[in-house]
Parts: sequence; structure tokens; C-alpha cells
Amino acid sequence: MTYRNRIQTSVELIGAYILAGFWILPLLYAFWAAFHSSSDAMHFDIFSPLTLDNFREAWSQAPFARFSLNTFLLVSFILPAQLLISTLAAYAFVRFKFTGANVAFALVLVQLMITPEILIVQNYVTLSKLNLVDTISGMGLPYIASAFCIFLLRQAFKSIPKELEDAAELEGCGTMSILWKVYVPLATPTYIAFSLVSVSHHWNNFLWPLIISNSVETRPLTVGLGIFAAPESGVEWSILSAATLMSVAPLLIAFLIFQKQFVQSFMQAGIK
Amino acid sequence: MKDSTRNFQGWLLFAPAAILLLAFTHYPTITTFIHSLYTNKSFIRPRRFSGIESYESMFSDPVFFKVFVNNMWLALGTIPTSIGIAIIMALIVNKAIPGRGFLRMAYFTPTMLPMIAVANIWLFFYAPDIGLIDKVLEIFGFEGNNWLGNPSTVLPSIIVMTVWKEAGFFMVFYLAGLQTISPELEEASKLEGSSRWNYFWRIQFPLLLPTTLFVLINAFLNSFKLVDHLFVLTKGGPDNASNLILYYIYETAFSFLDISYASALTIFLLTLLALTALAQFFFLDRRTHYR
Amino acid sequence: MKKMFTKISYCLTVALGISMISSAAIAKTELTMYYPIAVGGKLTQAVDSIVADFMSENPDIEVNAIYAGNYDDTRIKALAALESGKPAQLSVMFSIDVHELRELDAIVPFDDVVSTSEEKAWLNSFYPSLMENGIAAGKTWGIPFQRSTIVMYYNKDAYREAGLDPETPPATWGGLIAAAKALTKDDGSQWGLMIPSTGYPYWMFGALAMQNGQTLMTSGDKTNFDHPDVVAALELWKAFGSEHKIMPEGTIEWGTLRQNFLEGKTAMMWHSTGNLTTVKKNANFDFGVAMLPAGKRRGTPTGGGNFYIFKDTSAEEREASMKLIKFMTAPENSAKWSVATGYMGVSPDAYKTDTLSSYVKEFPPAAVARDQLAYATAEFSTYQTSRVKKGLNDAIQAALVGSKTPKEALSEVQAAAERILKPYR
Repeated sequence: MTYRNRIQTSVELIGAYILAGFWILPLLYAFWAAFHSSSDAMHFDIFSPLTLDNFREAWSQAPFARFSLNTFLLVSFILPAQLLISTLAAYAFVRFKFTGANVAFALVLVQLMITPEILIVQNYVTLSKLNLVDTISGMGLPYIASAFCIFLLRQAFKSIPKELEDAAELEGCGTMSILWKVYVPLATPTYIAFSLVSVSHHWNNFLWPLIISNSVETRPLTVGLGIFAAPESGVEWSILSAATLMSVAPLLIAFLIFQKQFVQSFMQAGIK
Repeated sequence: MKDSTRNFQGWLLFAPAAILLLAFTHYPTITTFIHSLYTNKSFIRPRRFSGIESYESMFSDPVFFKVFVNNMWLALGTIPTSIGIAIIMALIVNKAIPGRGFLRMAYFTPTMLPMIAVANIWLFFYAPDIGLIDKVLEIFGFEGNNWLGNPSTVLPSIIVMTVWKEAGFFMVFYLAGLQTISPELEEASKLEGSSRWNYFWRIQFPLLLPTTLFVLINAFLNSFKLVDHLFVLTKGGPDNASNLILYYIYETAFSFLDISYASALTIFLLTLLALTALAQFFFLDRRTHYR
Repeated sequence: MKKMFTKISYCLTVALGISMISSAAIAKTELTMYYPIAVGGKLTQAVDSIVADFMSENPDIEVNAIYAGNYDDTRIKALAALESGKPAQLSVMFSIDVHELRELDAIVPFDDVVSTSEEKAWLNSFYPSLMENGIAAGKTWGIPFQRSTIVMYYNKDAYREAGLDPETPPATWGGLIAAAKALTKDDGSQWGLMIPSTGYPYWMFGALAMQNGQTLMTSGDKTNFDHPDVVAALELWKAFGSEHKIMPEGTIEWGTLRQNFLEGKTAMMWHSTGNLTTVKKNANFDFGVAMLPAGKRRGTPTGGGNFYIFKDTSAEEREASMKLIKFMTAPENSAKWSVATGYMGVSPDAYKTDTLSSYVKEFPPAAVARDQLAYATAEFSTYQTSRVKKGLNDAIQAALVGSKTPKEALSEVQAAAERILKPYR
């Protein structure tokens, strides 16, 4: 490499790191502030003593344990249901040329754009008629039919050679067992990819859960954090940072451990 | 297998998804439209058909214009910027440079945070006088600013925060796109002695157009859907300088209990999204096809 | 072996039967109530502890008190719950929500729920000015719980440093401006005064208007925004920042104001008395609390939340709700609540309790809000309050950031309010 090239590369490398620095700074600051008292945090006393008080305070002021459970339940409800329903639908589109399939698929794609949040008013009315307001299932129901998942699975199923299906049929498999024995296993990367995307999205969802959940028993982490941070009560920064950290911790830790998989998943989803 | 049985089975398999989609996407769209044509029911006054009245009041509502303009500014500010930064990030992370894993993590982490947490963190940065940004400015001798309380700085502040959150997300799509570009192309362009910038602009970027299209539509939709931060930062203030359409819909429906007007606003939002998605799709789709 | 098994299952069945019968006998009335918090401090814990005391005294009533956010959030939640399958029976909501709630036919007047003459007398035991917002169409719809007035907190140490007498805070507008000027440091490290203009700007504005002799509404269906004296009040607020330079220009955030005061960024602040206990706990300087200064006269709106009972309730639920409300507003509990938060005791009797009378003696600021009741007026409330209020808030913010003049802003919002309220006349 020429001298000029080397300088250029070093400059770029430094630039990349500075960018990364800016990018990680806010979260790093919140992390640091959560372990120091509010006044230390505000005066940037870097060597001031560490304290767990903020976490204790935040924990006692709002039931974060319950909120975590609710979020976990919500995600555990949504994901399997999404996968199941989308698998059936994708299978239908790929292997059954049923009449009106094209129109049906176009209507499915509409949901890529018109997500449930945009129709909050009417969706809320629907749920209250079903008596599902303030329930975890109510929070998840509008999202279970996921056009994105159907789309991804359809692409994945399409790429599976018909010979495999024919072979299975020869062995005497019925339609459903062809699905479970041939298609689903081969589409595993897509399933994983979508799962990670879906979990991230629903873990972090706010507006719809805000409207649907009323009581503590249904309130997820994001809504709990939002109410906790309500501007009026003027919660102190350090306590707020601690609360924020507690809310993002589960997903963030999972992400840090499974980084590669997360990034790959989003990439996979994007390629399709 | 008989055709009709296959038909029936096909529909049966599709049925659960169909029912849910109808219930939560198509049906509400229709009822929203219907509600926008009637006045609200109230204990004191009965409901009546009002036709386009809601739409008329919408177009004469100064707050409506403000939120619409705000959304446009937000889109204009966040989309090109986050896409640009995302491309840079993808280019960086695509190379085998030292610390690549750390860089990728640093760029992508904000995406894993819920918007509400992002808002909490940046709320402190933007706090006047006692916040981080003002304190840093103080060190350099500049005056602090009421970033979120000043109508002229509130949107830019929100844009910066949004770009911070979104860029990493788009980076991943560009990474995927970059990896589909055969490395031979880079070799070839080096052999020809063309500069890196040339290589990027003439070869990589055009090949990434499908990704750009996807990211563009995504970013555009997001800029309308993402209003979580308003609950914590400004509640739309000061004087609606940071108010956005979806937040206004929420206020109108749940705070003012004006379902009729909220429905009209929703129909407007839907139409806007539909038209833009279609426009982007056709425009960029044409361009990507002829390469 | 078989005999043992039969014995055990027999015992279990009996036990099950007994527990079923006994739980049927102690059929609990379940109450769900939403409540808001708009000031700092561990208020959820304070509420929970009073509720726990109530439940131990009343084992047949189960209370589920849910913190729902600020006043707007709580109203939204409570109303949403009414529409859903799990309604609340009572809630603490904004004192000013009364017209909206009536229009929705969501609440019952207390006159219909009280039965004994003792209970009727109880309705009259509260401070009249606190009852003002709760009375409409000749009936009482809300009972005071977490009530406040705006008070002026001031940093006595800062006063001494500026050469002012810390025991005589300003009593007039003129005095306020003069003192604030002396307290505002040139290097920008300390302002003289801060009045919050996000969150509840209309509330602060109600005080300034009252001090200039005007109320913001003349009745539930008529607003008074464009009266010259009201415009003048907004012009004064703007002038604090733009002309007198005693306050930062632009908007001042409600949530961070308390911290600004505690950090010494401002020497005086106008804020709810509900913040008193938190300020007391966290201030590392000597501070005082004063009534708001007079323009033509002293004035402040009352503020805070009342108890409301929803209409969609059974007779038992109403009775249980009454018990809970009476408990939570009883003089002793009101006194405890006041000490824990800074909110006012809601009845003269509350101030006669040992808890509060001794507290007031050792900590006089606790009585300022009560004493200011003599100059207080009802908080801003009309039909479609949320909408009209938002218009007013926007107008105030527009004037303070300079995008409209006070006169323009207020005339516009008066016209908008007229359009909204006219159908109600």
C-alpha cells in the first residue's frame, strides 16, 4: 500500500471510530448516570462513588418486574401465533393456486403499509367490543397476522424445489405433513430471522400498548417507562436512567450476546 | 387432487390470516372512513351525517397544517441523512478492519432500544442549562439553548435523535445489499485505476438501488409512525412546533374524544402513505429495472 | 392404603367446601380506581399506604389503585376503562374534568349517593373554594383529594446573597420584578424567577389573570381570553423574559423546574404546593414559600384532583366507594397526605388535627396554600375542556416564544373557543 493510501486508511479508521464513539455515547452516558447520584451525574463528577440507590428507587417506585413479565408474555404470545398463521398462509399461496389468490395477496401486502398503529382509533373500538381491552392477548391480536412474515415465508417456500414435495408425496405424506416435514425445516433461517425482528419490534412497541393497557397487570415495559418518565412529576435523571436501563436491559443483553445472529436476521429480512 | 378440493384447502389455510387481516386492517379502514362522515355522539347532542364537514374543518385547521408540515420536515430531515450515514456505516463495517465487531455493535445498538428509552436519554441531553449539550457548549464558551422549548430548534433536535436511532437499522440492509455485489467488480474497478468515490457512485450505489428503495419506503413509513418520543419530550409543543399527525390523531381521539375528526385525520394519513408508497415504488422501480 | 386415600380426599373436600362457603360469605366488593401524579415525590407509595390502611380497616372491600400518569393520561385511561369490560368504579381525576365527564354521562353527583344527614353534612365540611370546580348544575360531582394552589418558592440564601431580606418576599408585581432583577446574575448562572410554561401553562396564566382582576372563564360555556386585563397579564408574563430579563425567554419546562430550583438555576419559582415535601427533602439551602404577589389583588387558581364516582356502578360499589372516599379525605388522613406531599389539607378539620397543626407550627410554608385560599378562584374549566385548554396552552406558548403577540394569540383562541362553546348555550 502506498503511503498516501495508508494515511487515507488510517484517517478513515479514526473517522469510523469517532462516529462509533458518538453513536455509543448517549447509551454510555445513561449507563454511567444510572450508577451515580443525580447531582454527581449532572456535574459529571467522573470519580464520584458508584451507587445502586437509583435502581432501588426506580424499582420501588414502579413494578418493573411485573412490566418485564408482561412484555415477555406479550412477545411469547405474538411470535408463535405469527409464525403459525403466516406459515399456513404462505403455504397456501405457494402450493395452492386457489382462485383469487393474487387479489388476496395484494390485500395482504396492504398491511405492510397500513400497520395497526395507524388505525388505533377503530382497532381500539374493535377490541373493546371483543372485551379484550386491558388484556395481553388484546395487545397482541392486531399484530398476529403479519404481512411481512407471510411475505418472507412465501419467498422462502417458493425457493424450495418441487421435487422435494413430490418425493414426500410419493412416500405417502399428506398435505400437512409435507408442510411440516419439508417446507418448515428448510425455511428455518427465515423463521429465525423473522423471529428476531418481530421480538425486537414488539418488545419496543409503545403507542398501541399504551392505549390498550390500563392496569399494571397488562402494562408492558415501554409503557411503564413512559408513564414513569412523565414530564410532570420531574423524576430525577439518575433514577430515570436506572429505570431506562432496566427496561432495555433484557433485549439489549440478548442482542449483545447474539449480535451476529441479530444482524444476520435483519439482513436476511432485508434481502428478501 | 381435485381442483375444488385444492381451492378449498388453500382458502382454509389462508383463512386465519385472512380473518385477522380483515379485522384489524381492512375493516377498520372502512369504518374509519365512515366515522369521518358523521359527527360524534354525545349525551347532549345526537349523531348525524355530516358528509365532508370533518374534512372541511381539517383543511381550515391551522394545527392540522402545522402537523402536516412538521411531518414533511421530519421526513426531509431524517431520511436522506439516515440513509447517507447508513451507507457510510455499511461501507465501513463491510471491510475487514480491526474492531469491526465493536463498530458494528456501536452503530446498531440504538436500533435495539425502544423509542421511549431513546427519548428519555436525549431528554437529558437537551435539557436547558443543566443538560449535557448545554454543559458542553458552556465549556467552549457558547451559550446554552432551550433546544426542546424553542420552536425553531425543536424539530432539528428531534431529527438528530431520530437519525441516531434509525441509521444503524438501515445500515444492516445496506450491508446485505453490499454483500450481494460480487467482489470482482471492485477488483476490476481498481485495475482500471478508478477512484474509490467513482467506484461507489458509479457501481455500488446504482447496484444498491433496490436496497435504497426498500429503505426509503421503510424510512418514510417510520417517520409517520414513530411518535413515541413526543409523549416524553414535548407533547407536541411548544405551540405544536413538534406535533405530528399520528400524535394529533391520538390527542383528538383519546383526549378530546372527537372520533369524527380523528377519523378524518386518519383517512388523510392513510391516503398520504398510500400515494407516497406507490409513487416511490413506481418511480424507483422503473429506475432499478433498466440497469 | 385405600382407606388413607379416601380419608384424605374426604378432608380435602370438606376443606374446599368450607373455604368456598366462607369466601362467599365474605363476598368482597372490588373497587378499581385510577389516580394521577403531576408533582414529584414518592406519591404512589403514599397512596398505596393510605389504601392499605383502608383495606385493613375494611376487609370486605378490595381496592386496586392504579397510577395512570398525569391528569390527562388518567382521564383517558379511566374513560377508556369505562368502555372496556373492566370499568373503574371511582377515580381521582382533574377537578376541571367535571363538564366533560357530565357530558359523557359518566359520573354520578354525590348528592345522589349520600343518604344520611351526617353524610350530607360531610359534603359541606370541605373548603368552599376547593368545592367550586366540583359543582355544576347545582350538584356536587367531585370531592377534593389532592388539592393545591400555586405558591412562590424562593431561595433564602440567594436572597441574602443579593442583599434582600429573606423574611419579606415580594407582595406585589413591582416588588417581584425588583427582587428578581437583583437576583438575576449577569453570567446567566442564576435567574430571578421561573414560571413554567409547559405542562399546565393555562394554570399559571389563571393566576396572573386573577391577579389582574379577571378569571379566564365566566361560566362553563363562555371564555374570557380577550379581555384587555387578561391580555395585559400575558403581556406581563412575556415581559418578565423579554423586557425585564428576570426569566429565560421561550418556554420553561414544568418537569425540570423543581430541579432547576434545587440546583440554584433560579432563585424563585412558581409551582404547585404539591411539590413542597420533595423540595423540603432535597433542598440544600434555606428556602421559603410565599403567596403569589398581587397585581390589582392577590390571586391563584386552585388545582389538583378530585374524587369522582362513576355512574356505571352498583349500589354496593357506590357504598364502598363512599367509604373509601370518606376515609381518604378524613381529616387525619388528609393531614398525613398533606405532610407527605405538600398538597393541602382539604378541610378546616384537617388543619385542626395534631399531625397537621404541629407540622404547620414547625414548618410554616405548609400553611401558605391554605392561607392563599382566601384569594383563590376555580381552575379553568369549560365544556370540551381538553380542546379549549389546548388552544389556550398553545396561545400562551406562542406568545412566550414570540411567534404571536399576546393580543393576537388570545383573540385567536377566544374565537376558536367561541366556536366550540357556542352550541352549548
